[in-house]
Amino acid sequence: MSLWIWLLLSCLLAYAWKLLGYLVPASLLRNPRMSRIAGTMTIGLLASLTVVNAVGSGQSLALDARLGALAAAGIALWFRAPFLVVVIVGAAAAAGLRLLGWN
Amino acid sequence: MKILKSPAVRIGLSISVATGLYGVSFGALSVTSGLNFWQTMALSLLLFSGGSQFAFIGVVAGGGSGVAAMGAATLLGMRNGIYGMQLNALLQPRGWRRFAAAQLTIDESTATSTGQTDPQEQKRGFWTAGIGVFVLWNLFTALGALAGGALGDPKQWGLDGAAVAAFLGLLWPRLKGREPVAIAVVCAVATVLAVPFVPPGVPILVAAVVAAGIGWFSHARSDEGLEPDVDPYAEHHEHRHGHADDADHTGDLPADRDGGTA
Repeated sequence: MSLWIWLLLSCLLAYAWKLLGYLVPASLLRNPRMSRIAGTMTIGLLASLTVVNAVGSGQSLALDARLGALAAAGIALWFRAPFLVVVIVGAAAAAGLRLLGWN
Repeated sequence: MKILKSPAVRIGLSISVATGLYGVSFGALSVTSGLNFWQTMALSLLLFSGGSQFAFIGVVAGGGSGVAAMGAATLLGMRNGIYGMQLNALLQPRGWRRFAAAQLTIDESTATSTGQTDPQEQKRGFWTAGIGVFVLWNLFTALGALAGGALGDPKQWGLDGAAVAAFLGLLWPRLKGREPVAIAVVCAVATVLAVPFVPPGVPILVAAVVAAGIGWFSHARSDEGLEPDVDPYAEHHEHRHGHADDADHTGDLPADRDGGTA
């Protein structure tokens, strides 16, 4: 039950962020330092999310089929595959490696 | 139909399909993370921001607390505020539309809108991608959540690999030049180092603080990375480069190849 509370609070906060953007005067965005932080932070968050999803397992690191998915997705992106193809390639690599017995 | 001739609408629709399908992965992963069907749907309907949703269930799956899950999801949702500022300046929605636009403010709708130059197209792109992704993402979330149990372990189908690939796919277009790559590497290393020492979800916050620090103290180009995560116009730009005289050469847009989806 308590998960519901945090879940709904998360939804509320997510909407608050979104709406806040529409209430802030556009002039603030022209501050170069603020827009720069927004840019570096998004790169950092996406890099961190990629790594956590690839090797994170609770509070430890695990090297498993997800690493294969990461590599396969990287190769697909290198060859300029569209987003959807990249996602499918990642899934196929992880599923294929598990079929071969690598967890 | 005339509306389908609009390039922004076409791109918005193809992005909607690409992102919507990915909702299957979220729905299936969410129920195996321990959330029930309605909790999964509440995240897709109310939170509606892919990265934050995956972060939330990721923390829960890793045994993290509800507070940690909320922290990770909320921090990741921060960039939607930045998108909101940009879109507010571009679209200037009024009345109830402003509240609807806020909920639809995500990577994909922002990318589709800001890639257009004509104000009318910016509006069309935003609403097409925003509503399109919302509808399909929720439909496929429900499908994934319902089929997730029947499909067995989503890992067997590589759905956790799909999540890894999707995040790399969102990061990739931003890695143009040496500096963004360096930021990504530093934050990835910071994440790996933090994992064993802090609760699940917190390593992402550590990386965010590191990234903010880099942004605060560096004095390079200020526009770096401000563009949204998905750049559906990348191929178009490259193409236009070689055909500067072609005013309307949408035939090579990626969206056009998916014309059937329109």
